[in-house]
Amino acid sequence: MTTEPGAMGLDVSLQKPSFIAVAMAGKTGPVTIVLLVFVAIWYAGAIWMNSTWEIDRFAKKNIDWTMVQLVSKTMQQERPILPAPHQVLVEMNDTIFLKKITSKRSLVYHSSVTLSSTLLGFVVGGLLGILLAVGIVYNTTLERSLMPWIISSQTIPILAIAPMIIVVLGAIGLKGLVPKAIISMYLCFFPVTIGMVKGLRSPDVLQIDLMRTYNASRWQTFWMLRWPSSMPFLFTSLKVAIAISLVGAIVGELPTGAQAGLGARLLAGSYYGQTIQIWSALVTAAILAASLVILIGWIERYVLKKMGTRP
Amino acid sequence: MSQQSPAPEKRTVIETQELEVTFQTADGPVFALSDINLTVSHGDFVSFIGPSGCGKTTLLRAIADLEPLSSGSISVNGATAHESRMARAYGYVFQAPALYPWRTIEKNVTLPLEIMGMGKDERAERSTKYLELVNLAGFENKYPWQLSGGMQQRASLARALCVDPELLLMDEPFGALDEIVRDHLNEQLLRIWRRTEKTIVFVTHSIPEAVFLSTKVVVMSPRPGRIIDVIDCDFPADRSLDIRETPEFLEVAHRVREGLRAGHSYDD
Repeated sequence: MTTEPGAMGLDVSLQKPSFIAVAMAGKTGPVTIVLLVFVAIWYAGAIWMNSTWEIDRFAKKNIDWTMVQLVSKTMQQERPILPAPHQVLVEMNDTIFLKKITSKRSLVYHSSVTLSSTLLGFVVGGLLGILLAVGIVYNTTLERSLMPWIISSQTIPILAIAPMIIVVLGAIGLKGLVPKAIISMYLCFFPVTIGMVKGLRSPDVLQIDLMRTYNASRWQTFWMLRWPSSMPFLFTSLKVAIAISLVGAIVGELPTGAQAGLGARLLAGSYYGQTIQIWSALVTAAILAASLVILIGWIERYVLKKMGTRP
Repeated sequence: MSQQSPAPEKRTVIETQELEVTFQTADGPVFALSDINLTVSHGDFVSFIGPSGCGKTTLLRAIADLEPLSSGSISVNGATAHESRMARAYGYVFQAPALYPWRTIEKNVTLPLEIMGMGKDERAERSTKYLELVNLAGFENKYPWQLSGGMQQRASLARALCVDPELLLMDEPFGALDEIVRDHLNEQLLRIWRRTEKTIVFVTHSIPEAVFLSTKVVVMSPRPGRIIDVIDCDFPADRSLDIRETPEFLEVAHRVREGLRAGHSYDD
């Protein structure tokens, strides 16, 4: 049976929700607003920071200038202190889509160089992190002997140790991918170890006692209880790890004399004062990092769904 | 303290002698169990009842070899508690379901079988059988969070039963459930006990639950945890919940309550 909505006084509930309510319901609306605010601040910053130089120029040429002229000038500089967002976008479009991938000026080429050592360092560092965590959880001697070293390893500034690693490994003939991957690994085993120690210890007392009542072997307790319990912790650590793995790869590219990679682009840009090039490499690195984190997030969702986790 | 002499035809399943468990804490030793002498015979349904802190859970854990003894001895089926744990001689039901959230109900139930290395077909067969026994047929492929608390606890009971142990140790398994669900599960448990002829040791702090389920109620008292009375109940095997209104039932319940009160009197 259908009743007329109006007659029942239900028309309020049938009113369309306002446009703003719809737009802000999902993630897209709020994210867009944050992005717009960010871009607006960036533009304001670019105008403000680049204006000093333009005003000086106007003054030298004795030209009366208007605000409109000034603003348009601040966004056309070749080497601005802070490039405007659209300048960075144009440069990125040139170097990502319009250049051949094999070109030394292609950001795709440089990104892939950085990405390969990022991923290698991430995989090795992740495995090392898991192994250390298993050792620490199962062996109190290992915990007491390793934990202080693991923590102090991260107190050394990576910028200080990276050139040493490059130089030392270069001396024994290791160049290119491997030294950079080692720096990535050095950074990214740490969150994995810390997260996995917590994760492998996350089963509650009853869940562990249950295994004892079955006289389960250590391996069975690990594989059927501790490992699956640690999955949410693993993915959280991996998200942190892959982002800093990229940072490690970029830092590893700085002392190599700027041959290839996003780090090399940053360095080359700063040698020649090419701020637009620096910023487009920076933005590309940020997009790359975000994509990697999102990718891990997708794998996490898939794995946890497979494991029947409550949505 | 009453001494138990089991009927001659009944085999002794659990026997404890001069059992003591002491926990070392920062404030000095805590005597969790002291001077525990207890015999449980085959086919018995024995309940431990007492206020919190009386050591009833500790006693059950000691029998299961989950808690080390300070002195005295426990024998389970003629072997030590440790040997019988190694031989997987008992099923244990905890206060909480302790299901593994990443396993379906069927996979949870067959977890002990998997650990024992049983084949896949036989595991599936057992899970069907025992899920049916606890009225959970049709929930094989659900995950624990999709079930109510009572259903989860039934699944954990099926998990304990599916290895077909002679001895079932249950630690306040229905303590967290509401009374209606608990009554229902008590009836089901009684039915299962009758059908499978297992020996059950059951920890509870509910007098009606203990008296309704048990052939023997062990009344315990705290500080130090000790047995102050063992009360036999011989209600018909096919009893229903209605029995709780009868004078016989109330008399036994009264005796249990008196025992609990006696154990508590020095406290005030």
